[in-house]
Amino acid sequence: MGFTTLIPTDAATYLTWGWVSVSVPNLIAILVTLALLVLAVLLPFPTDRDHSEDDS
Amino acid sequence: MSATATRGDHAVPPETWIGRLRGRMEETLPYDKLLPERQPSYVASWIYVFGVLTLAALAMIIASGVVLSLQGPAWYHLSSTGLFVNSLHFWSVQLFFMFMTIHLIGKFWMAAWRGNRAKTWISGVLCFLVAIGAGLTGYVLQTNFDSQWIAFEAKDGLNAVGVGAWFNVADLGQMMLMHVFLLPAVIAVLVVIHVLLVRVHGVVPPLDAARVDEIRAGSASDGGAR
Repeated sequence: MGFTTLIPTDAATYLTWGWVSVSVPNLIAILVTLALLVLAVLLPFPTDRDHSEDDS
Repeated sequence: MSATATRGDHAVPPETWIGRLRGRMEETLPYDKLLPERQPSYVASWIYVFGVLTLAALAMIIASGVVLSLQGPAWYHLSSTGLFVNSLHFWSVQLFFMFMTIHLIGKFWMAAWRGNRAKTWISGVLCFLVAIGAGLTGYVLQTNFDSQWIAFEAKDGLNAVGVGAWFNVADLGQMMLMHVFLLPAVIAVLVVIHVLLVRVHGVVPPLDAARVDEIRAGSASDGGAR
């Protein structure tokens, strides 16, 4: 019966600092989101330089 | 395009409410604003991509959700294809919230409610709040131990704030109807309103866009000497 292996029975690992408690999967999701935000701000966007010169 | 030009085809003012509505719509959102071919130069930034990425994730959520609803829990818990589509639905939701959060933070720091865009901002906030409700009802619909745990933890919180009688996370039928019809319908309407408002008022410029334009105009008048 393979289906028994499909039911998640293990709780995630939780990290706790004082009153702050977060599961490792949620922490990873938050850190990935913040990393994407930083990259979106810092990375240059590929632009069509010929068009922008035409516009100026 | 001015209002006079758009109404130029009508020599006589419309007499019916449909005609007046059409005139108002043509005035507020002409086709070149609804489906523009070019965008301002400041849109060429990755931070401006996350609104569309959120929409793309939402499209994937709806498409995979339709398949899940047609096939049912036995299929998506026990068959390989069902597990794949179930995971597709789950991960689309993760990406949807990630992209929407980045979109929210980006727009917050560029004060996107400027320029008569308050309704655009508010409709986006409402989308976010309703999406959280859709996410919760989805989590309690997984029909596994995880969903049982989430439902009975949420139940205490919802009872504590006094809404448990109307929003009962232990009622699988109510959660099912809210998740597959009511909340997606509300989100769809809000997203359409949000996107149309973005098209009406245009994409919000960065805070320093006016200063950059002034500098550029100054260098252009100096013949680019600076």
